[in-house]
Amino acid sequence: MHLSTEQVQHIARLARVEIGEEEVERFSEQLSAILDYFQRLQQVDTEGVSPTAHTLPLHNIFRDDEPEPCLEPEEVLANAPQREGDLFRVKAVLEE
Amino acid sequence: MTDLHWLTLSEAAELLRRREASSVELTQAAFERVARLDREIHAFLTLTQERALAQARRADEMLAGGEGGPLTGVPAAIKDVICTAGVRTTAGSKILEPFVPPYDANVITLLDEAGFVMLGKTNMDEFAMGSSGENSAYGPTRNPWAPDRVPGGSSSGSAAAVAAGMAYYALGSDTGGSIRQPASLSGVVGLKPTYGRVSRYGLIAFGSSLDQIGPFTRSVQDAALVFQAIAGYDQRDSTSAEMAVPDIASALGGDLNGLRVGVPQEYFVEGMDEAVRNAVVTAINQLHSLGAEIDWEVSLPSSPHALAVYYIIAPSEASANLARYDGVKYGYAYQEGASMWENMEKTRRFGFGEEVKRRIMVGTYALSAGYYDAYYLKAQKVRTLIRREFDEAFEKYDVLVAPVSPTPAFKLGQKVSDPLQMYLSDVCTIPVNIAGLPGISVPCGFAPAEDGARLPVGLQILAKPFDEATLFRTAYAYEQAAGWWRERPAEI
Repeated sequence: MHLSTEQVQHIARLARVEIGEEEVERFSEQLSAILDYFQRLQQVDTEGVSPTAHTLPLHNIFRDDEPEPCLEPEEVLANAPQREGDLFRVKAVLEE
Repeated sequence: MTDLHWLTLSEAAELLRRREASSVELTQAAFERVARLDREIHAFLTLTQERALAQARRADEMLAGGEGGPLTGVPAAIKDVICTAGVRTTAGSKILEPFVPPYDANVITLLDEAGFVMLGKTNMDEFAMGSSGENSAYGPTRNPWAPDRVPGGSSSGSAAAVAAGMAYYALGSDTGGSIRQPASLSGVVGLKPTYGRVSRYGLIAFGSSLDQIGPFTRSVQDAALVFQAIAGYDQRDSTSAEMAVPDIASALGGDLNGLRVGVPQEYFVEGMDEAVRNAVVTAINQLHSLGAEIDWEVSLPSSPHALAVYYIIAPSEASANLARYDGVKYGYAYQEGASMWENMEKTRRFGFGEEVKRRIMVGTYALSAGYYDAYYLKAQKVRTLIRREFDEAFEKYDVLVAPVSPTPAFKLGQKVSDPLQMYLSDVCTIPVNIAGLPGISVPCGFAPAEDGARLPVGLQILAKPFDEATLFRTAYAYEQAAGWWRERPAEI
């Protein structure tokens, strides 16, 4: 299994991480080795075995739909890199 | 009497109860020791001295009024992946360097009720991804037993703080061994509770189906005390289990007559250090002399697949959990880009370290269209097999015992350039997270290094889900008989 530099760039784009030229080569090599290691699972017979969703015998958890105290807007926004009033500020998302 | 800083949590609490020392005195002494040692060890990322002294004064008032419990007023350290209201919480990452949580994790709320004194927040591999502490964005932690070696990871600072006599106990988190492995390499006790035992509310998420918070201590009894304080149902964690927490700490003692102990062969891996193997085998023989029945021939044939399963599931969950670090809501933000997307991608480029990016990429790939069945789904099926084999084994055995790590502490820099080699240090601890079981690491001797250093070795004990009582009973009987827990590193 070998990941090309184009594939590495594609994964990075999906993950929204920019990676530098010098990193692409290294990641391509390391990720290929890791994916090779995963291949051993293909030899395990899992015919009829259901996937684990959860290690506990828990199912859906419900509670009454009643409002409870939550953080104040000031507390939520205190860590914002950029804010405008009670909003988080970002650069334009849609291009004109 | 031994030095104040080498007391166990229980011994320190006893001094406080007898009013022979005050919490303020213990706390000041702890900060003096941190000031003397931590330039070298680097266990702490943030110290909270003023807050700690205020907490200590409050604890002293509680104790003077005859109130308080076994943890009241005893100084502790918290891994920097656990949110503390008003105290910077970085997860060992540049991307959270300026982050001050607006709320406390549930474990912090519970410790506050128990009379908490927090010395500070401890160093760790970035987002708990690592086995040596070297992936911290703030520089590595050193092993108090051999400062040219790693203390293990990812809870590197919590293990080192307890091992070096800076904190009486510490909290860490364990996703694939991040409490047990550093406890083993640093010569302290480390517990990963059953998945669902301790609320994850306020624990910065890495692999949500695997993460658990647990204690580092200098004795098994201390670990039981901290476990009891932090365990229990919490409505704010939807995977928290509604199970009663038994009073374990006061019921410790007795022999191991009739205890059925299984030794899974697969955990004595090829290439394992001989001195580690000898220490673990000697410890198992000691369990036998305490009355336990040992079956040396147990087999868990799917366990060797756990490493591959883990390195698919954990990065997959991490790639989703770490999507929240976008430079918009909190943390480091790159702001010079031409568009929101450019800012986001550069925030993540400069904010995350290399191992974190590597795992995000592995997880993103494993979950991407066309590969999901071959990687993630396959891994979750093999996970079922691993858990099933444990369930079958626990029909015949009360506990399973194994090494924690195939090697003792390795040198700083020795494994950083080879991620797969680093991943192999978790080969004995990972299956336990995959199956959601409780596991503990107890000191069981030393491996000699070429340069004469004594490198601690841990014995791993596993029990069936929610049977921490049997885990602690076994660990306590062993610890008391073997006596390794009284060993302390030489002064640095």
